[in-house]
Amino acid sequence: MHSKIEVRDLDFYYGSLQALRAISMLIWERQITALIGPSGCGKSTFLRCLNRMNDDIPGARMTGEVLIEGEDIYRREVDVVELRRRVGMVFQKPNPFPQSVFDNVAFGPRVLGLVDGRGELGELVERSLARAALWDEVKDDLGRDALGLSLGEQQRLCIARVLAVEPEIILMDEPCSALDPIATLRIEELMRQLRERYTIVIVTHNMHQAARVSDRTGLFWLGELVEFEETGKIFTRPGQRLTEDYITGRMG
Amino acid sequence: MAKPSLRSALDREVGEINDDLLRLNKLVDRAIVRSVDSLKRRDRALAQQVIDEDVEINELRFKIEENCLALIATQQPAAGDLRSIIAAMHMVVEMERMGDHATGIAKTVIKMGDEPLLKPLIDIPRMAELAREMLRSSLIAYTERDAIKARAVAELDDEMDALYRAIFDELVQIMSQTPDSASRATYLLWCAHNLERIGDRVTNIAERVVFITTGDMKELND
Repeated sequence: MHSKIEVRDLDFYYGSLQALRAISMLIWERQITALIGPSGCGKSTFLRCLNRMNDDIPGARMTGEVLIEGEDIYRREVDVVELRRRVGMVFQKPNPFPQSVFDNVAFGPRVLGLVDGRGELGELVERSLARAALWDEVKDDLGRDALGLSLGEQQRLCIARVLAVEPEIILMDEPCSALDPIATLRIEELMRQLRERYTIVIVTHNMHQAARVSDRTGLFWLGELVEFEETGKIFTRPGQRLTEDYITGRMG
Repeated sequence: MAKPSLRSALDREVGEINDDLLRLNKLVDRAIVRSVDSLKRRDRALAQQVIDEDVEINELRFKIEENCLALIATQQPAAGDLRSIIAAMHMVVEMERMGDHATGIAKTVIKMGDEPLLKPLIDIPRMAELAREMLRSSLIAYTERDAIKARAVAELDDEMDALYRAIFDELVQIMSQTPDSASRATYLLWCAHNLERIGDRVTNIAERVVFITTGDMKELND
């Protein structure tokens, strides 16, 4: 197996507050890695370190290394826009632009100049919507307002928007927390399909979602990575007492 | 001090399953005692009672299994909780089958009719006592989540196997010397075999206790 992301000894601070401590982990290519832990444990902060989304936070400071395909993404010469194309992000709340379905998906490729001509763009939009399992629902009216879609469809549209710029890694920050159970299962099913092509890292509060969908699970606690193991092992025979207490709900 | 739990519903229901397991243990123990007593006293009415009461064991086994299934479906247990519930589901199957072995002895007693015993009963009652001790100890290991005690139970099964082998050899020898005694020797052999199987099933319970406490699934007696 090939490691897509390698994190080495990462510390992160918001001003004087240390949010992450000495995190080291290998994230495998074409796997779903779930990060769990209570609110404020650092898992979302960690996720945002993987595509430099924390760069613009005033007072934030990071030490350590994040390597993607062996290259440190925090080197000065790294093009952050290009990095975020390679490492896309899906957020908690679906955030489509107030435009048509087509324009939402076409936005990234247009801005980045990824395609030549309307025909090629159309193909890319169709392919992205199909991979996001939304094509069948929207193909008859790509001009419809994206905000008129259901929340579950909007979230899949946001995933299609990420896919349209042909990323390698998809970061998901609580992607189902605004969705009903059926829409949640559709996203989980979609994640399993996307895993064939992409490396996925998901932050979730829903432990059962991590259990259902991921290959490996990491537990964050007070800014530290307590345990990072195969999901089946974490949920049946975790190695750490803290993990056991957290996933069985026996935390004070 | 007990750790604060956000899983009081789960804990309560696991507690009820544990209580039922201990009740099942008592029923199985009673069946072993009565089946061997019926053999010792040649009491066919008591043997019939063992057969009739096996229904209670079967019903309680299904009740526990259904409760475990409902618990998994409704509470989504994980890690140690999940292992306990899965282990309980295996343990009740083993205990129900022990009831069947006791019933097997009782059926043999009925089949024997008034035929005199081939030889005085010495080792079979010893096997029965050993089976009861093993069962009792395995339940203690389970309630205390003690892998060391569970392994000790599995070691007792060696003693059980040795007793069975001694009885087997003795009865085979009698059969070869006096072929007319074959049917009466076979009755005793069946009884001894049922007790030996109870020892194996207690060993399986001990393996489940080790699984609950350590997460390791392995045979304790090869």
